[in-house]
Amino acid sequence: MAVKKLPIAKAINESLRRALDTDPKVLVMGEDVGKLGGVFRVTDGLQKDFGEDRVIDTPLAESGIVGTAIGLALRGYRPVVEIQFDGFVFPAYDQIVTQLAKMHARALGKIKVPVVIRIPYGGGIGAVEHHSESPESLFAHVAGLKVVSPSNSSDAYWMLQQAIQSDDPVIYFEPKRRYWDKGEVNTDAIPDPLHKARTAREGTDATLVAYGPMVKTCLEAAAAAAEEGKSLEVVDLRTISPIDFDAVQASVEKTGRLIVVHEAPTFFGSGAEIAARITERCFYHLEAPVLRVGGFHAPYPPARVEEDYLPGLDRVLDAVDRSLAY
Amino acid sequence: MTVESTAARTPRRASSGGGKRASASAKKAASAKQGAAQGRDAAQGGEPELVQLLTPEGERVENSEYDRYVADITPEDLRALYRDMVIARRFDAEAVTLQRQGELGLWPSLLGQEAAQVGSGRATRADDYVFPTYREHGVAWCKGVDPTLLLGMFRGVNNGGWDPNTNGFQLYTIVIGSQTLHATGYAMGMAKDGADGAVVAYFGDGATSQGDVAEAFTFAAVYNAPVVFFCQNNQWAISEPTEKQSRVPLYQRAQGYGFPGVRVDGNDVLACLAVTKWALERARGGAGPALIEAFTYRMGAHTTSDDPTRYRRDEERAAWEAKDPILRLRAYLTAEGHADEGFFAELEAESETLGKRVRDVVRNMPDPEPMSIFDNIYADGHALVDEERAQFAAYQASFADAPVNAATGGEVK
Ligand SMILES: Cc1ncc(C[n+]2csc(CCOP(=O)(O)OP(=O)(O)O)c2C)c(N)n1
Ligand SMILES: [Mg+2]
Repeated sequence: MAVKKLPIAKAINESLRRALDTDPKVLVMGEDVGKLGGVFRVTDGLQKDFGEDRVIDTPLAESGIVGTAIGLALRGYRPVVEIQFDGFVFPAYDQIVTQLAKMHARALGKIKVPVVIRIPYGGGIGAVEHHSESPESLFAHVAGLKVVSPSNSSDAYWMLQQAIQSDDPVIYFEPKRRYWDKGEVNTDAIPDPLHKARTAREGTDATLVAYGPMVKTCLEAAAAAAEEGKSLEVVDLRTISPIDFDAVQASVEKTGRLIVVHEAPTFFGSGAEIAARITERCFYHLEAPVLRVGGFHAPYPPARVEEDYLPGLDRVLDAVDRSLAY
Repeated sequence: MTVESTAARTPRRASSGGGKRASASAKKAASAKQGAAQGRDAAQGGEPELVQLLTPEGERVENSEYDRYVADITPEDLRALYRDMVIARRFDAEAVTLQRQGELGLWPSLLGQEAAQVGSGRATRADDYVFPTYREHGVAWCKGVDPTLLLGMFRGVNNGGWDPNTNGFQLYTIVIGSQTLHATGYAMGMAKDGADGAVVAYFGDGATSQGDVAEAFTFAAVYNAPVVFFCQNNQWAISEPTEKQSRVPLYQRAQGYGFPGVRVDGNDVLACLAVTKWALERARGGAGPALIEAFTYRMGAHTTSDDPTRYRRDEERAAWEAKDPILRLRAYLTAEGHADEGFFAELEAESETLGKRVRDVVRNMPDPEPMSIFDNIYADGHALVDEERAQFAAYQASFADAPVNAATGGEVK
């Protein structure tokens, strides 16, 4: 059994390596993914080992990257494209929304476009603008796309394997500020299904739902709350489209309280969707309205004030207190 | 004037353009042929023709086409160009150091591109408008922008930090290529207004691959917009060499859109000045856009976060060292007796003073107030922003009573 302790970035790297190794149709494409190994070194060493034909430094053009990936997928390839930063996916948004998402349906299910789009996302790294955003809702809102985001190394490894194997387009959001967090990866394990949530910590007083970078924040909040005698359950959503509402429902039926935490603005965010559905499903179990902790309806702010914008431990605990006060 | 009538001006200009235009397009055709025949590897000998007025050794060479644009240049002007380049380099070095010291989060260095930026920047008039990328610190200097204003966004205290209209210098644009469309639209507006100014759009070799840049070329051509596309081909887009973006020399792209393209020695400040003056004059005269490819080199890393040893060899950089833009003008100034040791010493002292001012200003730049997150999001206000601002203020105030959160000892950073 191969169990390794890997940072998230390295887990993704190994997952890409495995995919390139086992499926000759898998391609890795993006800006600077070759010699440089990507700006976060996620593709480090892949071009050296698999060649320039399979690990492709593309021209600087996101619409071109995704558009040609669609064509390659139509021809039977499984492109895994990298968008360098969250804020740079938008030149490709047209291709993703108007073409990638809809092609399977338009062809009456006759064709498949198994493109994976990897996007490092989220803030907390002190970057300049366009390097810290959380645009997942903009993709989850589009039928035909699947959207996932791992929070730890094992999920990063396995969810990418599953995303590549999926016959649907998958937007795979990588929690860039957690890239260097280490965790165990069992490369022989039988993974959970891609679109299932995971209970990251059990608790009884309230449920925190998060995904990607905010899972760690929620686990820290739960640990802090435990010292005050509050028992918080943390559900790592893992998948944003589809959402595993059954898992959230089961937790809320137990705790009666739900707080959804994400970095993205709460306005029209995934938390709003979860709040609405869970209110429908769990109306008689809820002891408090579903609360959300997330970004404001504001452009992502300059780095020196981002800690005030991002949901941190205190803002999560503040929401917990408000929920428990009902 | 409508946009349609802007386009309709083309034939009139074609007849009034005179010999200059004819020779420019003849040259363009000639060099296009040459470029196609000689292939794409510009690093080889026999590369496409490149406008040069000062050799790397600092010798003035004649150029029948472009000499006229610097014919009236005085020794004082030459010293001023030299000063601009030295100041730009000094400011840039200071910023790199400040990043290393943790005062800035990131810095994209202009090292090696001083001539391209100063030459083109000094070709502009006060009523010309510049649309930069994120690396045009030397152009900002030429347009009169206080250099310390450029540092705010790299320190992380703002997302822009200056009023573009004060100096006709738009905000830095990080999303590659976007600004070329804005520049084109601004130029279309200038033409509609009958204004006498023109626009310069800066972008890199990598940016030429973006759809936005292709669309900017199309719009500029169709509407005959008074915009100069100034591409600094510094040979690299992070780790990707220009060959990954184009199979033809970049300036030749212009031909397919129907406007002239010129490759200029981007390390020759005089040539950059002359060629940009040519392009601006014809734009102002109603002859429409032009593409200038300033052939230069990114001497430093892409940004302070980058590690170029992973993808390029030291020898390449060393070869470009011999073409240094500042040394070449210094050699010329000295040989011609246009500048003495006193001038160079004074300039050294001046850059030293600027360096100190930059350090002081940056170190004293205050962090933004948390509530500023909600500032200036809408011109006409927005109810949700007001609501969230009030909620956040109340939340912040809740810490004033109990400065340290009992559970956590404060916000996790
Ligand atoms: C749309 C978009 N995609 C990717 C990036 C990331 N990125 C920043 S600079 C850069 C390379 C730019 O190269 P070039 O246009 O040659 O300009 P240079 O940096 O060399 O001045 C890339 C890929 C970006 N800023 N915007
Ligand atoms: Mg470049």
